[in-house]
Amino acid sequence: MDALLQVCTEVELDKNMKILIVDDFSTMRRIIKNLLRDLGFTNTAEADDGTTALPMLQSGSFDFLVTDWNMPGMSGIDLLRAVRADERLKHLPVLMVTAEAKRDQIIEAAQAGVNGYVVKPFTAQALKEKIEKVFERIEAK
Amino acid sequence: MKPGAGMVLSGNPGQMTADEFEDSLKSNARKLVDHLEEGDYREAVLVIHEINQARDRGLYYEVGKLTRALHNSIINFQLDTARSFGSDNIEHSKITDASDRLDYVVKLTDKAANRTMDLVESSAPVVSELGKDAAELRREWQRLQRREMSADEFRGLSRSILAFLERSEAQSDVVSRNLNDILMAQDYQDLTGQVIKRVITLVHDVEESLLNLVRMAGQVDRIAGIDHELPEPEENKTSSQAEGPQIHADKRDDVVSGQDEVDDLLSSLGF
Repeated sequence: MDALLQVCTEVELDKNMKILIVDDFSTMRRIIKNLLRDLGFTNTAEADDGTTALPMLQSGSFDFLVTDWNMPGMSGIDLLRAVRADERLKHLPVLMVTAEAKRDQIIEAAQAGVNGYVVKPFTAQALKEKIEKVFERIEAK
Repeated sequence: MKPGAGMVLSGNPGQMTADEFEDSLKSNARKLVDHLEEGDYREAVLVIHEINQARDRGLYYEVGKLTRALHNSIINFQLDTARSFGSDNIEHSKITDASDRLDYVVKLTDKAANRTMDLVESSAPVVSELGKDAAELRREWQRLQRREMSADEFRGLSRSILAFLERSEAQSDVVSRNLNDILMAQDYQDLTGQVIKRVITLVHDVEESLLNLVRMAGQVDRIAGIDHELPEPEENKTSSQAEGPQIHADKRDDVVSGQDEVDDLLSSLGF
């Protein structure tokens, strides 16, 4: 864990940034929450679909959104589009963590403005790399 | 076709009556042409009547058979007729039973996942505390080795080391108990595996019964000369529709088989 923390400090991520985790399965939210905590991110909140996530994002000053695709109510791709269409949220970094693995879907998510895409099942290492990459690219801009 | 011939049940009576009807249609068609060429219109009309009757008999027979098959299928699936007809005698159908069983699988896997995560979450701080304490003691020990420690400090260190060893003993018990419980929490695999296998069998049975019904309905169509206008198979779903996990990702071209392929695809898009 210390080794992981070290790598993260190298890209100088703000450990206090507020992260919203959106997934309809509580076990998956818990896994992601635990992995994020291992990476040093403890300021997290959870929502079980886009419909509950969007108002939280609009009123909650979040710095990062991690969302599933396939959810009842509002899906992750629709949530992503809603975020990009919202004047105040459109620059929010979004990482998709999903079992959806069709090329068309990945392209669609990219066109909708996703910042990173992780397919389930995933490893702790993959999640960590993608989060770092998302923020590296934002830094570089 | 002889009257009543259609009622004989053999290995595949549906096929027989349909074939018989076609045979009788062929021979009667020849007779009809013969009569017409001979100018015997009375006989010709009788032949047409005969054809109609044969067709009706076959049709009634097939419809009857279809109805029986449908009825049997309903009994086989033990569909919830009691419930839909408002009777008090609610006996669970196989389908309802299967849904209940799958619900049970969801509950069991959910419980196991949460139990496992509870145990991991309660073990992680124990292990990380011990690690921190060990690092602290190592630093002190190195000070001793460099002879940077007073006699008083050394007495303090040796008390700390004893306390640490006692704590390690107790805490490693806690962690082994948790690890054991994590192992035990995986017992759901056996139970859910059995349930899922039974549901798979049911799905196969249902598919087979439905195929039989479709086959029999096809016989009815053949005799009645009905041509169905089948709706065009639905266009490929738009990609925004979620499909869930891909089972045969390695056999499909339109699906990535892992994170590496996702990364390749995204980088080809300029990510």
